[in-house]
Amino acid sequence: MDGAAQFTFDDDTPDGKLVLSGSLLVSTIGELDKQLRDLPHSIALIDLSRVEDIDTVGAWVTCRLAAQHDAAVTGANSQAQRLLDAVDGTSGPAETAPPRVPAWKRVPAGVGEQVFAAKSGVFGVVGFFGHILIGFGSLIRHPSRFPMRALVRQMELVGVAALPIIGLMSFLIGIVIAQQGAVQLSQFGAETLTVNLVGRITLRELGVLMTAIMVAGRSGSAFAAQIGTMKLTEEVDAMRTIGISPIEKLVIPRILACTFMMVLLGFYASVVGIIGGAVVGQFALGIPFFTFLERIQEVVPLHDVWVGLVKAPVFGLIVALAGCYHGMQVQGNSEEVGKRTTMAVVSAIFAVIVLDAFFAVFFSEIGWG
Amino acid sequence: MNETKRFADEPPIVIEGLVNSFGDFTVHDGLNLTVNRGEIIGVVGGSGTGKSVLMRSIIGLQYPDAGRIDVLGQTITEVDPDQDIGVRCRWGVLFQGGALFSTLTVGENVEVPLRQFFPEIGDELRREIARYKVLLSGLPEEAIAKYPSELSGGMKKRAGLARALALDPELLFLDEPTAGLDPIGAAKFDRQTRELKETLGLTVFLITHDLDTLYEICDRVAVLADKRVIAVGTIPELMEIGHPWIEEYFNGPRGRGALSAHKRGEAK
Repeated sequence: MDGAAQFTFDDDTPDGKLVLSGSLLVSTIGELDKQLRDLPHSIALIDLSRVEDIDTVGAWVTCRLAAQHDAAVTGANSQAQRLLDAVDGTSGPAETAPPRVPAWKRVPAGVGEQVFAAKSGVFGVVGFFGHILIGFGSLIRHPSRFPMRALVRQMELVGVAALPIIGLMSFLIGIVIAQQGAVQLSQFGAETLTVNLVGRITLRELGVLMTAIMVAGRSGSAFAAQIGTMKLTEEVDAMRTIGISPIEKLVIPRILACTFMMVLLGFYASVVGIIGGAVVGQFALGIPFFTFLERIQEVVPLHDVWVGLVKAPVFGLIVALAGCYHGMQVQGNSEEVGKRTTMAVVSAIFAVIVLDAFFAVFFSEIGWG
Repeated sequence: MNETKRFADEPPIVIEGLVNSFGDFTVHDGLNLTVNRGEIIGVVGGSGTGKSVLMRSIIGLQYPDAGRIDVLGQTITEVDPDQDIGVRCRWGVLFQGGALFSTLTVGENVEVPLRQFFPEIGDELRREIARYKVLLSGLPEEAIAKYPSELSGGMKKRAGLARALALDPELLFLDEPTAGLDPIGAAKFDRQTRELKETLGLTVFLITHDLDTLYEICDRVAVLADKRVIAVGTIPELMEIGHPWIEEYFNGPRGRGALSAHKRGEAK
């Protein structure tokens, strides 16, 4: 690979003769092409007899130059001629990117599409939920088809595997609430009320809410990505052709597992949060560990536990529904999987927080305040 | 001008004592193979005999348990898959499913290797190169700005071929290029491969089950069985060995059909 690609002009010939020399290869032609593009002269003849080596890129550049100046090509040896013949007839406007739309058209169109997508998204989710109910119906009629193994597997992935991270998170949140609460309450001389604060807030709100957010990030995203990839690789279509309903085989086990495990995980998170508070009580407030736990039983009304346990399955259902729905919506390319996974997590967390607000109002109205 | 200037004379692929295993399952055990410059070598073997694994080993995607592979003078078994080595811009690979980048259009797919290895090529020339490569691979004009998900299986293969040829490589790896193509498309693909080999002086490493392809375009055929290459040669040479699998492969109904088609083609 010697001889860089070069060109010279032979002025003796009328109208100009361009002599190319050196290696006209993809690795050497970059600079030459730029120079040839802004050539002011007109060219009648292109001489290739001093070219040492040529590939299709060199042939293409020669061909284009010849077409541009309406010039003839001489001095090509048999290989060069073959390459020239091969690339000839492929000229035309070179546009490899998809056509661009100006911003003033693109932005309003995008907004409009989003509005329509929001509408069809709502219909889509309701329809999807209907499909799941129908799936449940047919599973009840044919209990032998129930995907027990998948359900157990999903319970393990959603529930058991999440125990360490959710435990750690809840423990730390319990510590933070107890510590911050104690600082504020001490201004009124009411440090002992830290027990009420920790017990009620973890059981009523934070235990379940934080668990739902964690499960959305861990399992909701996994549902969307798994089912989405299976859609891309046509596994879902293959299941349908064999007569297996993807709703029954893929979606229902995940929904059941997530709904059920969310109850257990939410309660577990509340308990670990209280333990975190008790640890702070022991070391920072001078309340002995077991005294803290006994006080919890006295100050937390039982309905606080019910509030948490009622919310948990609803949140679990929403997280699983969002994950599976967005997974099933994937089509086209791998970028879509990423987009749908993001949407699954974001919409799940958003819906969980909105519903939590509704629950708060509802439970205080029925006197479980 | 010397036609073979950029190609040195040593064989482009030399494999010695290759051992590949997955867990307890040994795929290759002491496999040897030398590919000569400028030939189309067809690799055949039953399903699961490790044809694709062999290809992955040669292009450095599969780290072998033992053995040595030299590709274009570089010992590929000594480098990491992501290590920067010069030979990567001298070969092109067509994967079985095309393996196009799904977020890029066909044209942009072809531009990727050009962008990667030769950033000094101007935008305009790069687009022109991508364009004529796509057209040369037999795709229509409209396909250039389409995304892979909008293409049929056969068109994806052609687009994959265009990307494999983007850098005018010396060595071309084709993994079942004609599988899933209609007979007319497959014959055209064969003819194109042959033409490319003749025009560009390519060496082609071709994995195939297509007997027509083997008869029409392969200079030599390597047979993978019993965890190694049991024979390499032209099809008549292979038939003389008398190995039962080879006999069955080429003398089965499909093999005879392909042979008679080949003879009819030659008589014309």
